[in-house]
Amino acid sequence: MNYLVTSAPHLRSKTKTGTIMRDVIIALLPALLAGILRFGSRAILITLVSVAAAFLGELICDKLIYHRNTLPDLSWAVTGLLLAMSVPVSIPCWLMAVGSLSAMIVVKGFSGGIGKNIFNPALAARAFLVLFWPVYLTRFPAGTGAVEEGTERVVSQISAGADLVTSATPLHHMQIPALPEISLKDMFLGNIDGSMGEICTLALLIGGVYLLLRRVISWRIPVAYLGTVAVLTFIFYKGEDPLMWMLYSLMGGGVVLAALFMATDYSSSPVTPVAQLIYGAGCGILTVVFRYFGLFPEGVTYAILLMNALVWALDYYTVPRRFGTGKGGSRA
Amino acid sequence: MKSLFFGGIHPADKKELSAGGPPLRRLEPKQVSISMSQHIGVPCKPLVGVGDQVKKGQKIGDGEGLCVPVHASVSGKVVAVEPRRHPSGQEIMAVVIENDFQDTPDETMACHEDYRKLNLEEILAIIREAGIVGMGGATFSTQVKAASSMEKVETLIANGCECEPYLTADDTLLRNEADRVLAGMHIIRHVLKPERMVLAVEENKKEAIEGLKKALEKEKDIELKVLPTRFPQGAEKQLIQAVTGREVPPGQLPAAVGCAVFNVATFAATYDAVVQGKAVTERIVTVSGEGVNHPGNFRTPVGTSYADLLEAAGGVKAETCKVITGGPMMGYAQDDLSVSVIKGTNGVLGLIENVDTGDYACIRCGKCLTVCPMKLQPLHLFEQIQLENKKGMEYYYLMDCIECGCCSYTCPGKLPLTSSFKAAKQKLKEER
Repeated sequence: MNYLVTSAPHLRSKTKTGTIMRDVIIALLPALLAGILRFGSRAILITLVSVAAAFLGELICDKLIYHRNTLPDLSWAVTGLLLAMSVPVSIPCWLMAVGSLSAMIVVKGFSGGIGKNIFNPALAARAFLVLFWPVYLTRFPAGTGAVEEGTERVVSQISAGADLVTSATPLHHMQIPALPEISLKDMFLGNIDGSMGEICTLALLIGGVYLLLRRVISWRIPVAYLGTVAVLTFIFYKGEDPLMWMLYSLMGGGVVLAALFMATDYSSSPVTPVAQLIYGAGCGILTVVFRYFGLFPEGVTYAILLMNALVWALDYYTVPRRFGTGKGGSRA
Repeated sequence: MKSLFFGGIHPADKKELSAGGPPLRRLEPKQVSISMSQHIGVPCKPLVGVGDQVKKGQKIGDGEGLCVPVHASVSGKVVAVEPRRHPSGQEIMAVVIENDFQDTPDETMACHEDYRKLNLEEILAIIREAGIVGMGGATFSTQVKAASSMEKVETLIANGCECEPYLTADDTLLRNEADRVLAGMHIIRHVLKPERMVLAVEENKKEAIEGLKKALEKEKDIELKVLPTRFPQGAEKQLIQAVTGREVPPGQLPAAVGCAVFNVATFAATYDAVVQGKAVTERIVTVSGEGVNHPGNFRTPVGTSYADLLEAAGGVKAETCKVITGGPMMGYAQDDLSVSVIKGTNGVLGLIENVDTGDYACIRCGKCLTVCPMKLQPLHLFEQIQLENKKGMEYYYLMDCIECGCCSYTCPGKLPLTSSFKAAKQKLKEER
């Protein structure tokens, strides 16, 4: 009889990294479905291309960098999905693949893999794509049956050397600044144009609630982020109605997708409760600043990437109060 | 207001395996091996030699300082005085007694029907002489703990939480012999003079709680506190927080916040010692786990080998891969079944599942922060330990870690957090 001698605890929860990532994938499905309903088979195609390229990127890193099998942790699938969902469906397949591969290899792999990357892989890759191929990333095809036509239009405009700004999404309108002529209900349900995964606020919220219930994320980052954007756009509104401006600002771009799924990325967000609130608020402030004063209508990508860079310091300076040093610490 | 402590986890409690069942059976091993180290501090020196005849309850080892004497748990002949394997893994001097099954009692210790006639020093001396230590597993000298908290205690807490999964020894004691526990609480109250007495039990012990409610109808001065089931509720600092809302400051004792906590079995032993004149020679031990054929609780003489104990529970199944002393969260794995029961042994478990302890990656999910009852940041501590950065370990309060195992339990990356903290703490202590 040889009994194993290992150190306590002799019990471990069944939750593994793969379990958590599976939950994130499940939470993304409603928004993905909304995107597919609106943009059709093209949405399925680029999602598959992105996830497949992410798988390939992770496989390459496993062989050359990590020297272990990280595929079961499923984080590659999350990155692949997020990147596909944060770009226009009219993006060419080759560019989608370039984006996914760079997310997995350059952003994540070169940092040492899961948990070690400072920047959110999907967003960093998106920023890279915007920098080099802005045309493909800032034009949006019209949805619902108009995909083919939309794609064609974009492509033809590109080949005709059209300039950067063509207003299509609600956010483009809001840069004018003017509220788009779309009802709030359509905004909420996703009958708008934009990146595939960001349009349907309802679907995103369903996914977010699922993540909260499964305790994959805490409320702090999303609430601080969305709350800050809401307050700032309400105070510094444009047009006539601050409430409308606020609601359209929240639902018009990628901020809900970002607050629930991007800013909460484990590797690139802080862990202490106070740091999470500061980080969320910082993302919110920067998002509004970039939207108001930046070149592009959308500010989410750069807001989160900038805050990513501060995560280490935020955690370091917000060590929670030590047990036994607060109220009740002495014989009161 | 709901009584809570920070963090914690709620694993399946598996108490149903061993709880309830037939009346307690007392084991009668052929041989007992009584360790000279059943307390925190320097081991006792044996007081008997090979060939000596000893009586049940006779003092057979004693020493100086924090040392607490040990007693023969059966009557019979000493057949060996030699180092034997201790549950901690070390080889420690033990007195081995061949049981003559006569149970000839040693009558050195007197009975005191009315403990109030004794002065406090006399009661403390009896507690030491009877070999009483923290029976919840901590095994610190009860006499020293009580003496050091005299006149500082406002709330006396009886710890009946038994928050470790599988264990039902305290539950069994409370279901069957709660009167001994309550009587012991009165004796300690007589010594410490607290304003308030609380008996804390987790809500998963339904039957024990029913019985206690009835018993306490007459004893209005003891307050029954039913706490939500959560690990590590039974850890001293966490229990004080759950019961009083106070936090014991770093590096200080419970008396700093006006509290004293003793395990329920410690109170029962105090009653036995002071009123009945009996030393600690046996205790209730849970034998459980999926790897054990007939889990249950046994009244077990100190010194009974794990092999005898497991046999009494119907033996272990072939698929058993681990034998553990204590609970699965904080207990020690054993590879040698000749190890024997000491006063702090509340359970012996046979487990069939080896946990995934692969050294995977930290994904920075932060779950370890949310479960740490000491509000530490296990992921950052782990990083500092890997860097061997002592200043960093101090910055993140390594020495506050109570080694409860919650971080390791919850870590989805399956990092060896708790074990690395234990090792690092040990190293820091040695260097001081």
